Amino acid sequence: MRHLMSPMDFTVEELETLMDLANDIEKNPDRYSKVCEGKTLATCFYEPSTRTRLSFEAAMINLGGQVLGFASADSSSAAKGESVSDTIRVISCYANICAMRHPKEGAPLVASKKSLIPVINAGDGGHEHPTQTLTDLLTIRSLNGKIGNMTIGLCGDLKFGRTVHSLINALVRYEGIKFVLISPKELRVPDYIREDVLEKNNIPYKELERLEDAMPSLDILYMTRVQQERFFNEEEYLRMKGFYILDEDKMKLAKSDMLVLHPLPRVNEISVEVDDDPRAAYFKQAQYGVYIRMALILTLLELV
Amino acid sequence: MLNISGIHEGYVLDHIKAGQSMEIYHHLHLEDFSGTVAMIMNVESSKMGRKDIIKLECDLDAIDLDILGYIDHSITVNVIHKDKIVDKKILKLPKKIKNVIKCRNPRCITSIEQGLDQVFVLCDEDLKLYRCQYCEEKYSPKGK
Repeated sequence: MRHLMSPMDFTVEELETLMDLANDIEKNPDRYSKVCEGKTLATCFYEPSTRTRLSFEAAMINLGGQVLGFASADSSSAAKGESVSDTIRVISCYANICAMRHPKEGAPLVASKKSLIPVINAGDGGHEHPTQTLTDLLTIRSLNGKIGNMTIGLCGDLKFGRTVHSLINALVRYEGIKFVLISPKELRVPDYIREDVLEKNNIPYKELERLEDAMPSLDILYMTRVQQERFFNEEEYLRMKGFYILDEDKMKLAKSDMLVLHPLPRVNEISVEVDDDPRAAYFKQAQYGVYIRMALILTLLELV
Repeated sequence: MLNISGIHEGYVLDHIKAGQSMEIYHHLHLEDFSGTVAMIMNVESSKMGRKDIIKLECDLDAIDLDILGYIDHSITVNVIHKDKIVDKKILKLPKKIKNVIKCRNPRCITSIEQGLDQVFVLCDEDLKLYRCQYCEEKYSPKGK
């Protein structure tokens, strides 16, 4: 039995197979609409995350399966003090596969060690969010034709944004990747990403403060939200929040085939006027999130 | 002068920093050990000034000493067979450490989950870097 804790759990070849399956689902949804009949997905969300939870539920429903679960710790036995280990043992009796989000880092790993069913990490604190990374990779591969030989700009909160860290980790395994890291100095990538990942793998990268300076060289622009909950000081948050706003003027500086990605939800970092630009790929990205989760469920349930 | 007799079969852990032998006693789980244990503390040492020594009378496969590599790799481990030192074990950093150090990340699941082992995995041998198995936070000894 296999679980998914980190995007690095899959080799590049396994990721290719998974993304091939996701693309086949995209093209032939009817072929997959009943493959999970009689199977149940449990969504155990100890903290609210409507988007990820609904994406998992949509994925299972599209496969003909059923879903059950809880959407916050308050509505689970955790409120009564039940451990993650006990909860997953019980959930193993009710469902065939489990997607778990937990504010504590490593909670899905603890669950996977006691579970009788595959466990998918649906986000654990500031640690990992592997299905977001798989979504990002599928979006890039599907819309760009390949992953590799490209310059990727990561913009915004590069310090606390776990999606950015996971994506960098996953992308350094591909050929010809260059990064442009665009952030205010307060929100630059942590040292361990710069030293242990980028420099260790001899990955070319630049760190810039101005988005305008980066735009002309980028094949992909990955925008992120500045998360209010990471700041102790409201004033500091408001200053950082307004630091980058992608608008039509900045899009004019970009290549005609550059893709704009964003894990969503956005606040103000991408103006709504950019939504109609054919290079804006963030809503398609949400759709790819469902396809990759469908492929993942099928793979972990060994139905392919 | 206090004399402790030699052992026939087992290990002599020498050059332990004075006062550290109790810590090693716990990490090696010697409270559950079936063989004879002699702890000699605060012994004069020409090299260290003062040192501790632990003698373990046991079969050579009766105890896992890997954790000593993490605690202090300068400890000398003499292997005793038929009353003689037959080898000096070279201490390596263990790949995994269980219930020796604690994760200090307040966001780690180990901070709330009952009965969960504290497990650290060796990530970089040169830097002696361990990370928590659950949250992957680096372990830094106190004060560093």
